[in-house]
Amino acid sequence: MEKSRSIIWGKNRFYGVALALLALVLVPFFLSDFLVVFATEMLIMVLFALSFNLLFGYTGLLSFGHAAYFSIGAYGTGLFLSRVSPSLLLAFLIGIVFSFIVAFLIGYFCVRLDEIYFAMLTLAFGMMVHAILWKWDSLTGGADGLVGIPRPKFSILLATIEFSSIPGYYYLTLVVVGICVFILWRVSRSPFGLVLKSIRENHERVEFLGIAMRRYRLGAFVISGTFCGVAGALFAPFERSIAPDISFWTKSAEPVFMSLLGGTKVFFGPAVGASLFMYLREIISGYTELWMIYLGAILIAFVIFLPGGILGFISDKLNAGRRGT
Amino acid sequence: MEPILQTQNLTKSFGHLMAVNRVSLDFKEGELTSIIGPNGAGKTTLFNLISGKTKASAGKIRFKGDDITKLAPYEIVRKGIGRIFQITNLFPELTVYENVRVPVLARKRETSRLLSLDRSLRDVNEETSRILGLIGLSEKSDITCNALSHGDQRLVETGVALALEPVLLLLDEPTGGMGPEETDEMVKFVRGLNENRNITIILVEHDMRVVFSISDRIIVMHSGGVIADGKPDEIQADERVKEAYLGR
Amino acid sequence: MDYDTFVLFFLNGLTNAMTLFIIASGLSLIFGVLRILNLAHGSLFMLGAYFAFQFTHWFGSFWFALIFAPLVCAAIGIIIERFLVRPVYGIHITFQLLLTFGIILLVTDLVRLFWGVSYLTVSESEVLQGATSMLGVAYPKYNLFVIVMGIFIGFLIWFLLSKTRVGKMVRAASSDREVAGGLGINVPRVYTLVFAFGAWLAGLGGVLAAPLRSLMLELDVHTIVEAFVVVVIGGLGSIPGAFIGSFLLGQLNAFGTLYFSRYEMAFMYVLMAVVLIIRPHGLFGERIA
Repeated sequence: MEKSRSIIWGKNRFYGVALALLALVLVPFFLSDFLVVFATEMLIMVLFALSFNLLFGYTGLLSFGHAAYFSIGAYGTGLFLSRVSPSLLLAFLIGIVFSFIVAFLIGYFCVRLDEIYFAMLTLAFGMMVHAILWKWDSLTGGADGLVGIPRPKFSILLATIEFSSIPGYYYLTLVVVGICVFILWRVSRSPFGLVLKSIRENHERVEFLGIAMRRYRLGAFVISGTFCGVAGALFAPFERSIAPDISFWTKSAEPVFMSLLGGTKVFFGPAVGASLFMYLREIISGYTELWMIYLGAILIAFVIFLPGGILGFISDKLNAGRRGT
Repeated sequence: MEPILQTQNLTKSFGHLMAVNRVSLDFKEGELTSIIGPNGAGKTTLFNLISGKTKASAGKIRFKGDDITKLAPYEIVRKGIGRIFQITNLFPELTVYENVRVPVLARKRETSRLLSLDRSLRDVNEETSRILGLIGLSEKSDITCNALSHGDQRLVETGVALALEPVLLLLDEPTGGMGPEETDEMVKFVRGLNENRNITIILVEHDMRVVFSISDRIIVMHSGGVIADGKPDEIQADERVKEAYLGR
Repeated sequence: MDYDTFVLFFLNGLTNAMTLFIIASGLSLIFGVLRILNLAHGSLFMLGAYFAFQFTHWFGSFWFALIFAPLVCAAIGIIIERFLVRPVYGIHITFQLLLTFGIILLVTDLVRLFWGVSYLTVSESEVLQGATSMLGVAYPKYNLFVIVMGIFIGFLIWFLLSKTRVGKMVRAASSDREVAGGLGINVPRVYTLVFAFGAWLAGLGGVLAAPLRSLMLELDVHTIVEAFVVVVIGGLGSIPGAFIGSFLLGQLNAFGTLYFSRYEMAFMYVLMAVVLIIRPHGLFGERIA
């Protein structure tokens, strides 16, 4: 499959990616500040959804607690920036390392469970993280959260880059998200990624191929959680103030919708889904108070009519066309 | 010569039911053994114990002298015990190519590569293609397994077993659900594995024509225990076997 | 802690447990028979509570609401099963969750549309107002009524499943759909029936819970999460499991607030995590193959 597809689609895909990147680089030149801010948040959510989907679409594990790693990345970075030192690089590292550690600890227990039990245990841990962020006032600011997180300059050697401006932070986000998405894409195409897909398809059988299935699940869990942490780390200085609601389970449900909308079995599906989700929410909530009716109806329609998501549907059509059926 | 696989008083109970009851068996290297017996005799449980899917209540399993009783399934596979399942047990939405590729990667210990592109591993590519050729599915390598016929799915199963290069292969009803022609093909294939590759084979099979034509040795199980063990002609003449099969 | 406080908190826990059990048993029953994880159960619960408000408002009788609100919920359940759930039987659990979560979102906003966002209260029948002596403590009559109803529902489910012809058909359909079909059982009808019964239980839970708390829009999600926790602790598909799970969570909620009120919201999650780490399929759960 890889062979034929790479010959026919390889070039087109290269041009597609190049074109998309060019468009993303040009965004601040053509769009208003309001839209650039919106695009920055969209990029962060794209990373959140794509890293979530490594566990969901690729490994077949539905987590209801991924807001935990997102918010630990955000709180770690935010706390470091506002209380310790205004070094963006160190702050990001702190947030990411913390989400890595927490993902490892939680994942260690969760990957032993399957299906709904897995989902409920991730929910349980996610809500414990929420309770801690909410109630540990002295550290996290309690229900008010962290307010006034600085967005400092970024210095490498002699060069200093300004990130407090809207386009500045947009570009920082674009670079970080770009690198992370590239890494995730490579992981999805690696031997490790193929093992994850086979775990999704039939996790009991994988053990009988001589593969220590749980370690691979844990690996996927940790990678997924850590990159959610990167998204959170970017989110804290972007929003400037964060509150415990980013760790509530409704936040964990967002990447689930995004992945489903775009398609869980196509790598870029959740990216499309995240963009669409945010776009729809912006449009519909500007037009009516009752945006959940629309979201609910869309969700029901997708499950019944388009379970492969938008990209899944398109790629099925393309494949069918190529096979001449 | 030391047996390649040995069970010592192997026992598995589910509550009061003794699914496998103090079974002690030796399997010689290169031998093709069939295990037969009525439904519920404990054949599949015995396979599950050997392959690590279920854990023994008592007794020991030794493979090439090592105690493997408590090992996880993946560790047992790495020691060289492969298994083909009774019900086709593949990765339905992955292609034939990928289904065979995963065990190749596993055997070559390449599965933990995180960032290298999968298709760049040349020896894995070659090995996968070679096995697809052996099972005659090169033409269908891009088709997902759930779109294959039942017979082709069984072929993929055998490809998976080949990819693991086992020393000992457990086959759970390899001809189940096959027509006469497919059955003959499968018999030829299993015999080839045994004779040309010197793979020790243990087989659970219901088709007596297959069992008596292919086996070096036949073991008869009944209610969790072994009631007869010998060459095919000895088994054919055994009174207790007739009773176990016909008495009920 | 003195005796009176203990009894008071124990009975509070039991009241809480019984409303939880009525909801959770419906959820578990639907899963056990249809293999559908129905998040919309929370919506049916919330609708039961809001119908209770509406019916007592219109007809001035709590008893009227108690009888008819669950029936309306059962009717809505039939519609949901027939038009939304039936087309997708056998799909992956993830998609079931998403589909039924879509229903939750829809219903939440519909309730907002009809009843608005302000808190509403429902008062119980006058007969059940006031307190009476129980285990030597003065305790609200209504709470005792809820406890009795919970136990009654437990017996009702047991009786229906094990002693009636319909119950036998339900059990046959839940253990093997095809065999049941071969025996001449109309499996789709059994499914609809079970879903409707589950919806009736959810609605009943809603009516019973209504006088105990104020009605608000978060009721559906809050309840379904609690009910799920209970069902997962007990083991999916197990009615006795749902009973034990409800009891544990009810008591934990009651006594936990006494000692660690700060982290109250985390109680049930800690309980669930501990149970799942020790028993990956819940206390009475079977493996889902």
